[in-house]
Amino acid sequence: MNGKEHPISLDRDRSLLYVLREELGLTGTKYGCGEGECGACKVLLDGVAVRACKTPIGEAVGRSITTIEGLAQGDRLHPVQQAFVETSAFQCGFCIPGMIIASVSLLSQNPRPSEEEIRVAMDGNICRCCGYLRIVRAVQRASQLSGATNREATR
Amino acid sequence: MKRGASPAPFDRLAPADRPYFDRWGNGLVVVLPAQPPGPGGWGRGGPPHGGAWIHLGEDGRARAFTGKADVGQGTRTALSLLVAEELRLPLSSVDLTMGDTDVCPWDMGTFGSRSMPDAAQHLRRTGAATRKVLLELAARSLGLPPEDVELSEGRARAGGRKSSRAVTYGDLVRGLRRVEIVPPSTEPLPPSEWTRAGHPSASIGGVEIVTGRRKYASDLHPSGMLFGKILFPPTYGAKLLSVDLSRARAMDGVTALRDGDFVAVAAPDMLAARAAVRALDAEWEPTPQPSHKDIVAFLRDHPVSGEDFWDVIHHATGDVDAALAAAPVTLQATYTTAYIAHVPMETHTVLAAWEGERLTVWMGGQTPFRARDAISDALGLNPSNVHVVIPPTGSGFGGKHASDLAVGAARLAKAAGHPVRIAYTRQEEFTQAYFRPMAVIDIRSGAKKDGTITAWQFEDINAGAAAARIPYNVANQKIGNQPVASPLPQGSYRALAATANNFARESHMDELAARVGADPVEYRLRHLADDRLAGVLRAVIERAGWKARKGSGARRAKNGLGRGVAVGLEKEGRVATFAEVRVHEDRRLEVVRIVTGFECGAIVHPSNLQNQVEGGTIMALGGALFESVQFEDGRILNPRLSQYRVPRFRDVPSIEVLLLDRPDLPSQGGGETPLIAVAPAIANAIYDATGTRLRSLPLAPDGTVPSPL
Repeated sequence: MNGKEHPISLDRDRSLLYVLREELGLTGTKYGCGEGECGACKVLLDGVAVRACKTPIGEAVGRSITTIEGLAQGDRLHPVQQAFVETSAFQCGFCIPGMIIASVSLLSQNPRPSEEEIRVAMDGNICRCCGYLRIVRAVQRASQLSGATNREATR
Repeated sequence: MKRGASPAPFDRLAPADRPYFDRWGNGLVVVLPAQPPGPGGWGRGGPPHGGAWIHLGEDGRARAFTGKADVGQGTRTALSLLVAEELRLPLSSVDLTMGDTDVCPWDMGTFGSRSMPDAAQHLRRTGAATRKVLLELAARSLGLPPEDVELSEGRARAGGRKSSRAVTYGDLVRGLRRVEIVPPSTEPLPPSEWTRAGHPSASIGGVEIVTGRRKYASDLHPSGMLFGKILFPPTYGAKLLSVDLSRARAMDGVTALRDGDFVAVAAPDMLAARAAVRALDAEWEPTPQPSHKDIVAFLRDHPVSGEDFWDVIHHATGDVDAALAAAPVTLQATYTTAYIAHVPMETHTVLAAWEGERLTVWMGGQTPFRARDAISDALGLNPSNVHVVIPPTGSGFGGKHASDLAVGAARLAKAAGHPVRIAYTRQEEFTQAYFRPMAVIDIRSGAKKDGTITAWQFEDINAGAAAARIPYNVANQKIGNQPVASPLPQGSYRALAATANNFARESHMDELAARVGADPVEYRLRHLADDRLAGVLRAVIERAGWKARKGSGARRAKNGLGRGVAVGLEKEGRVATFAEVRVHEDRRLEVVRIVTGFECGAIVHPSNLQNQVEGGTIMALGGALFESVQFEDGRILNPRLSQYRVPRFRDVPSIEVLLLDRPDLPSQGGGETPLIAVAPAIANAIYDATGTRLRSLPLAPDGTVPSPL
């Protein structure tokens, strides 16, 4: 979990979301619907976005889980987080951790998505404030920032 | 903090008697007193209003306080910018505390787009008065007349001389324990002199949001906290005949409580709480309830005489009956809108924790002082022993005004002897929260042969009064609002009745324009009584590239494309929306493009206003196209996000937002009015594309436009 091992003694059927929020205190991952419709509970399981509310803890045992709390390195924000801050791509902010996890997952598979590809890939995440235009811009900005980071890293 | 000694809560102490300096240290405090309601609901000095106060400390920071809450509409940044502006401080030196009953001035609640016209003005005037005291202090310190002192970035110095001696605000207030009341004559800086407000600025709180560190009420988990769960009636209107708590009480660590109709359990684990509520043996008596299929007739048949907010309004000028009888052109039509749900991303959540006789409640909500008073009334507590905090809240949209959940959590926590958090499941949110009222609106109109409207009779059943008055010049008008005994719980909603009333009026205007062969834009401009609204409409049609329409109205354009416009004037904001739709051969409806123009006076935080108008436009698409609560026999039939559709990324068309800044006019709210012209603009565009006039929202619940009969 975010680079650390957590021994858990719980029923394997317990949802990953409940364990994250109420047992481990990782409350950045949100409950929105409990039926996998809204994406507020997304976390990365071996680098791929999954819905924690529909993931039994047993499925996550022994695998790498990254939550919204695990993206930044110290005070240095992940490029996707940086992009959301720069573009003020939030209103109430409640959906944003799930949006960021979905964006990280998308950009890891498709570093230069088109606007249409972003909309299709993110369609499983709901923002009821409907800040969708800003969020699309944030993902585009994140794509630029990630590209710059990668170019720096390979220089 | 002193224990139980205080006879009155902070906000009810005289401004000079409040313990500002014990809490925040020495400095200068400037207070604009609130005017809470007196006996009978109204204050002695006129209508109730909130207040503001500012503490300027020895650290040079300004702590500003308002009773309003920010549930996502962005007022924290806008209000902080205005305080920074008046005090000539960097934004980072302002700490704004909102919605905390232990330290904030009384406020009636966050609704009605009042944060900008009310809280912003209170904070600006308080800031201006603080600035004036700072100038006096600086003048004495620098040995200059006040008019020669310049304040900038938290420092005072002699004006015009860059190298002159400067003194920090912190030094100016060092050792002070001074309380000032804002003089009535205090005028804030005019927007033309703003250097921070009205200019580009990032929104506050981004880093906490993107790192997941921001704590909403649902994220709070104090030691020993129990999970609360309420026993809800299986159907609306069901009466609780009996309930046996013994099986639940026998479960490990479970508290079960009945207080009148409130029955709830608390358990150390969420699953245990669910099991305990299932173990409550309750007997219910259902009452007959209508279905969404016959709801229009039901509403017509169940009028009630109104009180307070739901008061029957009547506005009449001229003689509408005579004008209708004399008009060569008359039109009559009925428009309806469905019950819709707020669906805040964070469901209703309350955490209640007792410490001796003192109760603290953290709740996602919009009405902290109302909740405090409801709790102290219900539990017989001195209000000074009830502390309500609104932490960051996962949106509200008018849906989080109720206090019953807070009262319930307080009772349960008391009975359990532990802090208790109650959070609705999504299904509970859909079934136990209230809805936006359904509307049935009858319009009769009359016009001369040249199209001039001579008669306007508008009767709204159940939606409410907002935006029922018309922004057009019509000599004979009769406008009424008929409250109804709603079978579903209903209440406030973002833009509330304005959406329904505006949909009916702006659809009807298009029908009239088509009837008399006028262009819908020209027809509106010909009748508009408000120059500001006309200006917004002109800006929008120019951007949209509107081509004037002649003849019967519907263009029956190639490719199924149609265009429509609508305007709205509500809460002192002016909106115009242009919509372009395509109705495909298989009748599938596609919204292609929307242009929304909005004017709400002087813009305080342009980036946030843009965000509000974009988001509001898209949220309005949901109610316009597909959102609708289905119900039968007292049950909601679609209480899940998989069954109740809200706008998603793929529903978003091309959207252009035009913000018209008017620094010469007072700032008004921007969270609600931008929604109200979207639905009629789309309905009018569908008519243009197909000749089919749709008069019910949602317009296309299954995604298609019905074929003409």
